[in-house]
Amino acid sequence: MIPTGSQPSQAQTGSLAGVGPATGSQPSQAQTGSLAGVGPATGSQPSQAQAGSLAGVGPATGWPLWEVFVRSSRGLSHVHAGSLHAPDAAMALRNARDLYTRRNEGVSIWVVPADAIAASDPDSKGSFFESPQGKDYRHATYYVKSEGVKHL
Amino acid sequence: MIPTGSQPSQAQAGSLAGVGPATGSQPSQAQAGSLAGVGPASATRITPGNALRPEDIALEVQRGDVKPSENVGEYALRLGDDALILAQRLGHWISRAPELEEDVALGNIALDQLGHARSFLTYAGAAWGKTEDELAYFRREPEFRSAHLFEQPNGDFAVTIVRQFIVSYYQFELYRRLTDSSDATLAAIAAKAVKEVDYHRDHSAQWVLRLALGTDESRGRLLAGLRLLWPYVGELFEDDALTARLGDAAVAPSSLRADFDRLTDEVLVEAEIDVPHVPSALGGGRRGQHSEHMGYILAEMQVLAREYPGASW
Repeated sequence: MIPTGSQPSQAQTGSLAGVGPATGSQPSQAQTGSLAGVGPATGSQPSQAQAGSLAGVGPATGWPLWEVFVRSSRGLSHVHAGSLHAPDAAMALRNARDLYTRRNEGVSIWVVPADAIAASDPDSKGSFFESPQGKDYRHATYYVKSEGVKHL
Repeated sequence: MIPTGSQPSQAQAGSLAGVGPATGSQPSQAQAGSLAGVGPASATRITPGNALRPEDIALEVQRGDVKPSENVGEYALRLGDDALILAQRLGHWISRAPELEEDVALGNIALDQLGHARSFLTYAGAAWGKTEDELAYFRREPEFRSAHLFEQPNGDFAVTIVRQFIVSYYQFELYRRLTDSSDATLAAIAAKAVKEVDYHRDHSAQWVLRLALGTDESRGRLLAGLRLLWPYVGELFEDDALTARLGDAAVAPSSLRADFDRLTDEVLVEAEIDVPHVPSALGGGRRGQHSEHMGYILAEMQVLAREYPGASW
């Protein structure tokens, strides 16, 4: 069902979803489902799939992909909830309302064109994210409070 | 029951585990888990919220707190049947809509309508000691009081959108006024319904604009849908003896027409469409006279309940 060419996009989308609390243990599956729902992918062009990994070159549909962020209540941040297809921003908001707030999840929605998001490369996790590990001195708890300092 | 704003991650963790809002004491841990990519199934918090439910009305009826007169019951039957038949029609779109997203949108609207139907029919049934299910599943065709527009076939997507456009603008004006009904239960049902129908209005208007201003094909289909369904508009706004008898408890259908015309026309003007000049259909739904479509709808809707009376699932 899912062509090999589109696998990079699954991984990349997964990492995008990981920016906030993830949409589940298999975020890429949800997205793949929505792509699969609009027609089989054109699997023979890996380069295209890669280019469109975030742009959501929705194979058979002309509708672009949007990423949905939902704020569950006042004072909290918008959190990535998932993605959807819509012809334009106005319909993307409405589709987001129907898909992601039907169980009373939100008081505010943002939709962002998926291709407007630049995501870090999951294959570069090591060089990107492992460097801070072990650098205790970047945490306040590393330091011993100096004698005589008040209100710290 | 419902977590406060300070513990969002607990609720998230709860939804992951599928055990509802959790009561754990380590919100930070749950959040860390979700960041690690093994987090909750839903990124957002799920709560049932508070609103008038059909079950609440049934409870009031059972306690004897509310008891509609036969006139009010008959009126609630009309509104409930409109919503019930439309919900049945819209439900047919599930898995058949042009896009997955639209599939859910139409399904949501169908469920909203079903909710209104349940409330109205529960209340109506109290006039004759019947339940919502008895009214929905065990009445015969001439006993249904829905207007003809609601039973019209789905047609293509444009026809369904046109039907939804007419219905939601009509229902919005109706429910908006019904919130002032002298009957407290009708007013409460309308207050819950009017916000939902407001969204149905928006949904259908967005699609009218996009279909009308889209391609030649989409515009042609929308215009065909308007010509097909506009004859059924007139019946919605007909006064009769019942609405006259009810006075302040009901809303005189004819009083809705001016606002309906003005607001639908605003959308149609933007869509560069003239209101079709078509003769009015005969109507008769409020008297139990239905088109040939109604029997098939009822057969599909009622077959299980009639085949296995008392069945539950």
